[in-house]
Amino acid sequence: MKENRSSADAVSVGSVKKTKVRPDRGKTKKKSFGLSRRDRKMALYTMPYMLPSILGVLTFFMLPFTVVIYYALIDNNSSANFVGLENFIELFKNAAFQKALRNTGMFSLTAVPLAVVLSLLLAILLDRQIPLRSTFRTIFLSPMIVPAASIILIWQVMFDYNGIVNEVIAVFGMQPIEWMKSDHGYIVAVILFLWKNIGYNMIMFMSALSAVPKDILEVAMLDGCGTVKRFFMIKLRYLASTISFVTIMSLINSFKVFREVYLLTGDYPYDTMYTLQHFMNNTFQGFNYQKLSSAAIVLALAMIVIIAILLWADNRLGRDLEE
Amino acid sequence: MTDIKLDLSTRAQAVRPRRRKIKWVHILSLILILAVLIGFAVLFLFPTVFTVTNSFMSATEISANYGKIFTGLGVSGDGGRVYIGEKVNLQLIPDKVSFSQYSTVLFKSPEYLLKFWNSVFFVLPIVVFQLAVAAGASYAFARVQTKFRAIVFFVYIILMLMPYQVTLVPNYIVDSYLGILNTRWAIILPGIFSPFSVFILTKFMRRIPSAMVEAAQLDGAGEWRIFTSIFLPLCRSTLYSVAILVFIDYWNMVEQPLVLLTDAEMYPLSVFLSKINEGDTGIALAIAVIYMVPPVLLFLYSEDYLIDGISYSASVKG
Repeated sequence: MKENRSSADAVSVGSVKKTKVRPDRGKTKKKSFGLSRRDRKMALYTMPYMLPSILGVLTFFMLPFTVVIYYALIDNNSSANFVGLENFIELFKNAAFQKALRNTGMFSLTAVPLAVVLSLLLAILLDRQIPLRSTFRTIFLSPMIVPAASIILIWQVMFDYNGIVNEVIAVFGMQPIEWMKSDHGYIVAVILFLWKNIGYNMIMFMSALSAVPKDILEVAMLDGCGTVKRFFMIKLRYLASTISFVTIMSLINSFKVFREVYLLTGDYPYDTMYTLQHFMNNTFQGFNYQKLSSAAIVLALAMIVIIAILLWADNRLGRDLEE
Repeated sequence: MTDIKLDLSTRAQAVRPRRRKIKWVHILSLILILAVLIGFAVLFLFPTVFTVTNSFMSATEISANYGKIFTGLGVSGDGGRVYIGEKVNLQLIPDKVSFSQYSTVLFKSPEYLLKFWNSVFFVLPIVVFQLAVAAGASYAFARVQTKFRAIVFFVYIILMLMPYQVTLVPNYIVDSYLGILNTRWAIILPGIFSPFSVFILTKFMRRIPSAMVEAAQLDGAGEWRIFTSIFLPLCRSTLYSVAILVFIDYWNMVEQPLVLLTDAEMYPLSVFLSKINEGDTGIALAIAVIYMVPPVLLFLYSEDYLIDGISYSASVKG
């Protein structure tokens, strides 16, 4: 009884003292795992509400994924002999897969950090009282809305050999570049990716920045903490979990740059623009289930490992804020 | 309490002599920041604005300006196409505003417009049914937390974070097993059960105070009543945000149609546009603009909802 009252008190002043609510909330959560009779009844009654979703996810994602695992372990669908990891070894020996993996990996390694840093920079610049603030926000978010297919023509005009980008760099005394048919295609992909994704990331950072407790910042300012120091010592700590989430989202979106590359250059682009999705598409056309399945599994595992690392880093960084 | 206040005021006084200098620095930095922001804004707006203005050029003006680029793509050699300029001439404002491209698209050759409807018939059912399915699931996730549900929710998050290169393979296998490959359903059905909206809606619904639910239960409300009279009304703006995010995502889809459809006639405009580009640049520009209209209108009309939706999605943790 006494405990109940104290938790109710904590909730009522929750907006003022956040730290006090947390341990209580954790406790109630833990209790409900123990399944009281009332909870069990509620779980039963609400089950029909989640049933469509669970059945759908099972049918279209989880069950077929077990089939994917099965396909990855057999030699072919008709004779179905168990071959262990042979398909995976084969896959890693495949030149097209190597190329796709290397390109996508390289692309993500440059584009994702750039996207995170640039969008954080824009969010910081907008995190103050400036004229036209919401107009800027709208403008930076607008590329996310525009379908990739709609502006492909413009990218073609810009990055053509006779296009404006070459004219601009000619002003600086540089030689014109065959953007789409050389190693520079990779730069085009990075630019297209940044253009499309920075706005989305920026919004996440803006909302995280506005959630940094103002009183802490004020105290720091009065103690003579400069803007730069305030950012690195205080704001960055509160941004840690957003940074890791934005990194994860950018990573996932970096696989979608295929869209722009495909719309620009078709099924078989120049070597450095051949992404994993190109590889998958071409494998789909060849109906090679073994190659497809093992590639999907390799990718899924890679994603899980990367996400786990990012979440772990986030936990380490954010831990001292919880107390 | 008063002690602290006194302390602050004395500090403020001590700082005062430096105020003037700081103000100048402040104004200068503001100008610098605005300059950077305006520079970025121009870069961000340029491609979209350019597409829109150029769609009002006549066919001859377009081939005069960009013929050099686009003749190389579809037609070999001269291919009967006339181009005048040696260099590509990027022109923001057309010499003469012409609606000829639009009239061609809308009246003379409506086959492109049919592809627009392809897109609509893909995206609308996905948005509506994904929200319906997700609202129910999120309600169950938010009402009671059990071990089973915690595991299922975790699986949903993992699934949400998987790129198409992973999820399309299982989708393809089921679609071919069900015999719906190369039909509309091949894309719509997996789209409906995409866990993304479950994730955001659950996060929002978990914030609804349990006291409200308990009060309703005391008044004799059943689960359905609580769901429709408390949860759904409270989530209305979140539902709207999620709908916009899902709409934008599927309106822009490229990967799914390429893999799950073999018949190019069924392609939504988001894929088909690249095929027009090779033929007729002017028409492609006009269609590109028409294709932009629904998401852009939606965006201008409900930007705040979109921003709320993005902010909600901004963390994996509850």
